[in-house]
Amino acid sequence: MTDATAQGSAPGGRRIDSDAFRSRLATRRRKGAILKYSGLIAICIALAILGTLLFSIVSQGWQGFLRTNVELEITYNEEIIGGDAEDIPSGAFQEIARNGLQKALGLPPEAEDYDPSDLNALISSGVRYDLQQAVRDEPELIGRTAQLSVPVSSTMDMAYKGKLNLDVDEGRRQLSNQQLEWFNQLQDDGRLHSEFYWGLFSNSDSRSPELAGLWAGIVGSFVMIGIVAAFAFPIAVAAAVYLEEFAPKNRWTELVEVNINNLAAVPSIIFGLLGLAVFLNTLGFPRSSPLAGGAVLVLMTLPIIIIAARSALRSVPPSYRDGALMLGASRNQAVMKTVLPTALPGMLTGTIIGLAQALGETAPLLLIGMQAFVAAPPEGINDTATAIPVQIYLWANAPERGFAEKTQAAIMVLLMFLLIMNATAIILRNRFQKRA
Amino acid sequence: MALQLTTLALFLIAITGFVMTRRRALAQGDGTRRNLHSQPKYHGYFVFLATLLPGLVFLGIFLLFKTPVVNWLTMNQLPAELRNQGSGALSLLFSRIEQHAAGGQTFGELPEGAQGAADFLAMARRAATWAIIPFALFPAALGFWFAQSRVQPTFRARNATEKIVRGLMIVCATLAVLTTFGIVMSVLFEAIRFFRMEPISEFLFSLEWNPGTAIREGQAAGADQGSFGIAPLFLGTLLIATIAMATAVPLGLLSAIYLAELAKPRVRKILKPMLEVLAGIPTVVYGVFAALTVSPFIINLGTSMGFDVGAKVALAAGIVMGFMLIPFISSLSDDAITAVPDKLRNGAYSMGATHGETITRVVLPAALPGLVGAVLLAVSRAIGETMIVLLAAGLRANLTFNPLDTTTTVTVQIANLLTGDQRFDSAKTLSAFALGLVLFLVTLALNVGALKFQQRYQEKYD
Repeated sequence: MTDATAQGSAPGGRRIDSDAFRSRLATRRRKGAILKYSGLIAICIALAILGTLLFSIVSQGWQGFLRTNVELEITYNEEIIGGDAEDIPSGAFQEIARNGLQKALGLPPEAEDYDPSDLNALISSGVRYDLQQAVRDEPELIGRTAQLSVPVSSTMDMAYKGKLNLDVDEGRRQLSNQQLEWFNQLQDDGRLHSEFYWGLFSNSDSRSPELAGLWAGIVGSFVMIGIVAAFAFPIAVAAAVYLEEFAPKNRWTELVEVNINNLAAVPSIIFGLLGLAVFLNTLGFPRSSPLAGGAVLVLMTLPIIIIAARSALRSVPPSYRDGALMLGASRNQAVMKTVLPTALPGMLTGTIIGLAQALGETAPLLLIGMQAFVAAPPEGINDTATAIPVQIYLWANAPERGFAEKTQAAIMVLLMFLLIMNATAIILRNRFQKRA
Repeated sequence: MALQLTTLALFLIAITGFVMTRRRALAQGDGTRRNLHSQPKYHGYFVFLATLLPGLVFLGIFLLFKTPVVNWLTMNQLPAELRNQGSGALSLLFSRIEQHAAGGQTFGELPEGAQGAADFLAMARRAATWAIIPFALFPAALGFWFAQSRVQPTFRARNATEKIVRGLMIVCATLAVLTTFGIVMSVLFEAIRFFRMEPISEFLFSLEWNPGTAIREGQAAGADQGSFGIAPLFLGTLLIATIAMATAVPLGLLSAIYLAELAKPRVRKILKPMLEVLAGIPTVVYGVFAALTVSPFIINLGTSMGFDVGAKVALAAGIVMGFMLIPFISSLSDDAITAVPDKLRNGAYSMGATHGETITRVVLPAALPGLVGAVLLAVSRAIGETMIVLLAAGLRANLTFNPLDTTTTVTVQIANLLTGDQRFDSAKTLSAFALGLVLFLVTLALNVGALKFQQRYQEKYD
């Protein structure tokens, strides 16, 4: 062929050594290079997006793990508290905390030129309950004085973290001039510091950003994931084994297969509608309970695990089955004793990935009532509950500024859980792949 | 308490049955397995399953239908004149009856005749708690007795057990069909109720979406009245999906081409998992990214360039949805491209084609059905995506195709209508199910279309 081209001395320059051919070849190669570099650029953009996403989460969220505390000298004044440790109104403790602040700021005990509630607004509304609890646990505290580090209010927290613009007019600032003066005084005295906020993991949701945490969401999420794992895995494995190993090839089987593939692509919110209409309205499952949420997630996760389990079964070499059958095993025995154990790691990997998806799912949970404010972890599967992604959604919509960093911090916690699950899946796959 | 006890008892009986039967079968075979058709353990399994399954099935039935049946019976206790009120008033009455039955804090006296229902409810609930024990244990005992009576040396216990296991598997496989059936039924049923209140022509062709306020002339003003035209929602969904696809298709396809055809194996091994990380991020995270990071950026940029920008821009939701779809399109396209057999590539090279020409003229046309399928599935996901638009797109239905304006989507409206106060007899609530029906049908058409398109046009190379 080369010969034929070389011999034909057409005016278009078909000869391989002609300049026209060479320039045309260069053009063709350039086109290829354009394709290559646009592909490279595309994937770089995709990775840059990933980087931006993660960077924006971390840069906006790392301070959500910190909370600002103020060092105060708290006197458990007997005159304010009274004698009986069990029965003290929390208002008394607010006064105690305020006295501590007055002492720290060098203000006279009797407010003259300021509003005491301005002073109260500097520290978290949770402080009085903490103090109340402390006295209940340890009544001997009454009458004593202690150095305590108590959380400041969310506005002060934001100001200390530099997230509040303090240079604007008083009317547009969340701190009054007086409060700003106190804030600066506390800061100059070195009484304010950031500490790691363990409450993010041990507290449940709260209206005050400085007290809000994920504990209820974590418990709710993992109860539901537990329900999904307990039901979806065995059902999916049984369905996959039947379809892959035993099912006759007929219209019914085909219908089931098309169904499963389609279900995996049905929008998640449709599953929410199903849960609302069937589980809540018809069967009377309690609203926003882990039971209802888990049931919806089971149905959503089933097709994903079935598809993964089937491909794991398909990757088992037929010789395994044949060998077992040849030794006199029944078909059930062949599947149970040889095929299933070989395919199990693959199935588990698929299951963990399905569970990770269920962990991040939000929309169907909102529809079965999990948009409500829930301030305690569920006590049973019929109790009202919330989930980590739902908590993220609620915080993202919360008007308080302090929730912005909490939202991103909660996202980091969620991504951490997902990372752990996916890493487990990958390790499982790698470990067993080598052996097989 | 009764539930845990019952479950425990079921398992105990079944395990006892297993142990007992295995021993009895062996004894009947005069101590050697040779005289038995099946191994003793299969006799045991048979009894185990025959005891446990009926028990668990009845337990499940009881748990599923306990509340609806008790409530229904309670409602039947009410005198007719109380029962014939609107369903809103009736459910209010029922929750008051429940409060009285629970014996806790109550708000006022019950109406005439309802006290009997409250007493009945309290009694029925107490009874239902313990009724579970005979309800589940009786079928289990029956199964136990029946299976026990079958144990003889000639009984084909293994075949019987395998048949039961096979049946269980079929039930599990059928669950997927049942789920689809449940989706269709629940959505269709409520949607039909909606269409009885609002004509279907209005739903499809009206240009106004405003549930909860009277817009049309002659419409009685009230909480249940509104205008339910899907057009603006559909337009908004289409706008955001178009932006998403405009972002995701070029980036996803080019990444897939690069990864599958051009990248060195080592580079591919590093880059592909990184792209998969993008796919594993939950959509609520993308939603927060769109709402808190991308939206403010676009709004500032648009305002500084002198555009009239809405408070929540469709562009932000669309672009971020596109980001979410990049790995989805890329991984499906990657599969389609790598499925093209090497002999096609080698043929092209042997004809003197460059690497680039091989890709654009041979590999991509051969992979086209798969690529089209990937794009169709991505469109289906874009239309059904909820969290990104819920966080980043608005609520106001707006008949516009301006990407800098506020729009809403079908999924946002469903979520919005069904969170918060609901009354299942109002057109407002039911309209969410009509929207769900449309959403289900459209995504179903796209999913099945993608599958059929691939099956129809994919060349078979072997």
